[in-house]
Amino acid sequence: MSDRGFITVAGPGTPRPRRPAVLRVSAFSYTSALFNGFFEWFGCLAIFSWQVLKAAVTPPYEWRELIRQLDEIGSMSLPLVALAGAAIGAVLSMETRESMTRFGAKSLLPTAIVYTVIQEMGPVITGLVVSGRVGAGIGAELASMKVTEQIDAIEASAINPYRLLAATRILACILMLPLLTVAADAAGLLMGWLAQTLAEPISLHQFIDRGFNGATLHDFLPPTFKTAVFGLIIGLIACFQGMRTRGGAEGVGRAATNSVVLASLFVILADVVLVKIILVVFH
Amino acid sequence: MATSYDISMNETAPEQDSHAPVVAVENLRKSFGSQNVLNGISISVSRGETLAVLGRSGTGKSVLLRLIIGLEQPDSGSIRINDREIAGLDLDGMGEVRKKMGFLFQHAALYDSLTVQENVAFPLEHHRKEMSRAERDGRVKQLLAEVGMEGNLQKMPSDISGGMQKRVGLARALALEPEILLLDEPTAGLDPISSSEIDDLILKLQSEHQMASIVVTHDLHSARTIANRLALLNEGNVVIEGKFEDLQQSDIEFVKEFLKSS
Repeated sequence: MSDRGFITVAGPGTPRPRRPAVLRVSAFSYTSALFNGFFEWFGCLAIFSWQVLKAAVTPPYEWRELIRQLDEIGSMSLPLVALAGAAIGAVLSMETRESMTRFGAKSLLPTAIVYTVIQEMGPVITGLVVSGRVGAGIGAELASMKVTEQIDAIEASAINPYRLLAATRILACILMLPLLTVAADAAGLLMGWLAQTLAEPISLHQFIDRGFNGATLHDFLPPTFKTAVFGLIIGLIACFQGMRTRGGAEGVGRAATNSVVLASLFVILADVVLVKIILVVFH
Repeated sequence: MATSYDISMNETAPEQDSHAPVVAVENLRKSFGSQNVLNGISISVSRGETLAVLGRSGTGKSVLLRLIIGLEQPDSGSIRINDREIAGLDLDGMGEVRKKMGFLFQHAALYDSLTVQENVAFPLEHHRKEMSRAERDGRVKQLLAEVGMEGNLQKMPSDISGGMQKRVGLARALALEPEILLLDEPTAGLDPISSSEIDDLILKLQSEHQMASIVVTHDLHSARTIANRLALLNEGNVVIEGKFEDLQQSDIEFVKEFLKSS
């Protein structure tokens, strides 16, 4: 636009209009703030992780709180995780059946379901479901405690909040994720079999037999135990977001949302890296 | 100086029985970003003595208490507890010092998922592991009886009033038998009767436990009732420190203005 509001057409001889200095500066400031925020977040996360690690390996150990968290994170997430696993198993069975039949590999259907559920879908679905349920729960709970000074009160009572609140929750996530994954896998396989047997009857024994034919523990243990890393990510990010919250109700909401979004994102990114590591190390 | 106050200075407050300061703060500075909150203040409190820190909102009174208990780190200056420098101590080092301190938060900061009884038992469960369950329960009941809350053991914090929450917070602060009691606005937000009850309670606990106490408040009436000495803060500095009479006789304009408007 010209000064008088007319649109000017840029030609070879027309000097390229320069953006106003204010816009250039603000764009630079914005990018710089974005980078600063990014690095600050990782820096603070590293310091937080170090504090939690130090607290976790030194006594006194908070066994009672750990058991409470194992129950809260494990038993309470079990129905949701099993349901999600079952749904994935059923969908996978119906979808895969269609394509396998087209390529004349229908007999490999149990194997495809077993491998897909146990190696990838079960762990990832468990990670994402727990990110949603537990990530939001921990993020909101700790954020609420932070804004109402309850975490300060714990610290003022000479109790290390990293040990009592963060270490116990993170450890519970690490321990429970593989177990929840086994539950999701079992539900997925069961529903996968059910969906298949409804289309073409096959006994569960036969389904399992064919599915696991030629499989070794290396095929199934690493994908299951990689979810311990997901647990670490979910617990760490949710505790970090919760315990660094500022502001009132808005801060609590933001902490819960950020916990879920970041935990889910990092679980998916970690999965890419872990799958590559498993392929390199175990195959 | 003539004032309209008809209240008397706390005559029943315990006399200082030792001149060695339990809490000694020297040249303490703290800023948040570009905002200077404390500009090099120095105060000290001895055993059995209560110091009231007064001032307008936002003058760094609560920050001072948070610095003393280590919830904030100072930019510079010294904080000595029983002659031990605590500025710069890590979380575990600070934990040892905090066992000797009780802190009443402005909004009580009770754990909202625990009952009144569990709130008071919380520090005991973590630091008095040698206590049997029965002993711990007995101690909790005794503490709650001291603050007049023995009939509310199983209530949740959300089910009791603000004044009652402060009483429970006070019982929790006293659980580990602290040498130092830090009270952040103990009467803020309470009606005059509840405020007076809390003041009486603090006086009673002071005479029974002989702690070194720092009370942050902007309630001059309450400060005059419970404290031996008063320190008036303005813009991060101690404007005047002494007995209420010293404040009354002061020629400093801010002191006059503060007393007049309180």
